[in-house]
Amino acid sequence: MLSPLYKSRQTFLLTLLIVVLVLALPMSTTFGAQDEPNMNTDVSGEITLMGFGLGDEIATVRADYAQTQIPNVTVNFTEGGFDAQQFLTAYASGNPPDIVYIDRQTLGTYAANGTFMPLGDCITNQGIDMSQYREVAVNQVTIDGEIYGIPEFFNNLMLIINTAAVEEAGLTLDDISTTDWDRLAEIDQALVRGSGLELSRIGFDPKLPEFLPLWVAANGGAMLSDDGRTAMLNSPEVVEALTYAVSLLEPEGGWADFKAFRDTWDFFGGENQVVADQVGFWPMEQWYMNVLAGVSPDAPVAFKAFTSKDGTPLSYATGSAWAIPVGSGNPEAACAFAKAITSVDAWVAAAEERATLRSESGAINTGVYTANRLADEAIFEGGIVGPIENEAFQNGVDVILELQDNAFAMPANPAGAEFQQAWQDAVNRVLNGEQSVEDALNQAQEEAQAALDEAWASQSS
Amino acid sequence: MSVQETTRASDTGARVSLQRRETLAALAFISPWFIGFLVFTAGPMIASLGLSLTDYDVLHEPNFIGLANYQELLEDPRLGLSLGNTVYYAILHVPLSIAIALALAMLLNNVGKASGFFRTAFYLPSVTPAVAIGTLFLWLLNPRIGLVNKALSLVGIAGPGWTTDPAWIKPGIVVMSLWSVGTTVIILLAALRSVPETIYEAANIDGAGALTKFFRITIPMISGSLFFLVIVNTIASLQIFTEVYTMYFGKQASGAASSAGLFYNIYLFRQAFEFLNMGYASAMAWLLFVIILILTLIQLRLSSRWVYYEGD
Repeated sequence: MLSPLYKSRQTFLLTLLIVVLVLALPMSTTFGAQDEPNMNTDVSGEITLMGFGLGDEIATVRADYAQTQIPNVTVNFTEGGFDAQQFLTAYASGNPPDIVYIDRQTLGTYAANGTFMPLGDCITNQGIDMSQYREVAVNQVTIDGEIYGIPEFFNNLMLIINTAAVEEAGLTLDDISTTDWDRLAEIDQALVRGSGLELSRIGFDPKLPEFLPLWVAANGGAMLSDDGRTAMLNSPEVVEALTYAVSLLEPEGGWADFKAFRDTWDFFGGENQVVADQVGFWPMEQWYMNVLAGVSPDAPVAFKAFTSKDGTPLSYATGSAWAIPVGSGNPEAACAFAKAITSVDAWVAAAEERATLRSESGAINTGVYTANRLADEAIFEGGIVGPIENEAFQNGVDVILELQDNAFAMPANPAGAEFQQAWQDAVNRVLNGEQSVEDALNQAQEEAQAALDEAWASQSS
Repeated sequence: MSVQETTRASDTGARVSLQRRETLAALAFISPWFIGFLVFTAGPMIASLGLSLTDYDVLHEPNFIGLANYQELLEDPRLGLSLGNTVYYAILHVPLSIAIALALAMLLNNVGKASGFFRTAFYLPSVTPAVAIGTLFLWLLNPRIGLVNKALSLVGIAGPGWTTDPAWIKPGIVVMSLWSVGTTVIILLAALRSVPETIYEAANIDGAGALTKFFRITIPMISGSLFFLVIVNTIASLQIFTEVYTMYFGKQASGAASSAGLFYNIYLFRQAFEFLNMGYASAMAWLLFVIILILTLIQLRLSSRWVYYEGD
């Protein structure tokens, strides 16, 4: 027979066990399904990072988390964005960084010429589940079937709308759409105020030259073949898309006046172009929603998806990735770091920190959008972000989440920088009135294809 | 050997010894610069000459391809464009900067006690970081809200699109470059102060007017400095990079300047570090070196017609 004391202790332990299980249940419901990285004590030594800035809590929290996952590794940060000159100098002198943080569009150039190592072994040895990353982002870092980078952010484009301008023009949010191009031109005309040097409001900013790929995709075309080998810059879809996008600048008086006016905007300030009523609407990367939430939460703003001609939501995705240079002194530790800093736990920790900071300052938290699908699910379905009281920004978050599954990216190729310069220069020549659309794109096609042919030939050799 | 001969031989030996010691001392003093020149200037120059004959992407071993890079230079339309833009800029910048600097130097020469303050004031822009100048002038030259066009509007002139109209991009860059003439001003001020006052006094007695004195005395007497400035400013203007890259090709990339603002060194930088064509970029660097060398030799040849040296 148990003594009353023993009986009490047994009851206490049982109760404690039940409490622990009950407390643990929601945690495992939220995160248990994910393949979390365990602390990795197999790797040790030192690694040097290049291209990663510790500018905000999203970076610092994840960096701290990654460090805790590889406790025997000393991580040295070379702060600042990826600097090609700095990297090339280090690489040529035989002293490359152990891991670099680089734009996924640029990564292909270095990967194809053998500067970055394929990550097959890294992925296998570290047990990285590549299915957790968004397929579009993984494709951007895959060349000839080999993965060369671990994707990080996933930036998408959305329409940002000045609702005060829409209302003043006698329109409604339902009128704001990029599906019907004739109607879009009419809306642009209806929203614009003034022209030339008297321009006081841009109706619609097509964001040229940088968003030409979005217009081409909306028109059912592509600028580069899926295998990254064939430029398609003078295809009928591209010619039509550029001709149309440039025509959208006519109500404003043309490119020079348009740009001169746009350059005056207080883009990151409280008197930004929405607050100052200087634009009707425009496609923009999602991070700008965060800017607006911070500097002008009460701005008359709404968010919608950019849509293709058939009405499908469409986004042009960009972002960075972690890559390991050939010659890295500690590739195992670098790989473990890349795994840890892009893991669900790292992103969740960073998102929680941001939520706490925003809550303390009373600011709107629009979240963090990653190339890790599971991390996004944990952040947005796990209650870290939202619901946001401000309906407009809550709607903005919903728009981005919808767009993430409708995004495309420029296929990986070994001539990323030259390919980009070819088409951007072509757009600029058209905008500046130096060439017709056809001539500019024909020239771009020749330049881009020559660069691609040379780069692929170089890779083969 | 007589005592006199012995003494003479001893004196000669001492002189030789002294000369040798002075020569060694001079070499010792010059050696830091000389070693630096060999390691950091001559060495890289010779290396780049070798690299210009190779297909080199920095990341792999260079492959010798002979003169193929130089042949490609002849066929590259962007090279011609960038060279044309650069020469256009140099032709405007060099005479304008020297003329404005000379005008400022002449004013400073007559300021009197406050000259120290004004010298400092005029020199300050020269020590401003080039990146800051580029950013600042993007605002100053903005066609709508920039102070340059605001000032022009005060006298009834509708200012052009300095930063948006391809036809005005290069003139806008020249305007920006004229802000930093402080070094040229200081050199010309020193030259003006070295002109003997007695020459002007003699000219006054002869009844010479201000213009006559300027063209017949001042210009010839400072022509050595002017010649130096023409050479140095021509070289510098052919190598302009940082301000323009900041304004139109860095984070604030502007479509307006993709052709009009593509200067030689910007195109060279992009080939080397964005497109990884270091061999081709090296060939570009050597082409620019040869162009500068030829221009300098022409200027040296022409200098005998207009440069006056007191020792001549």
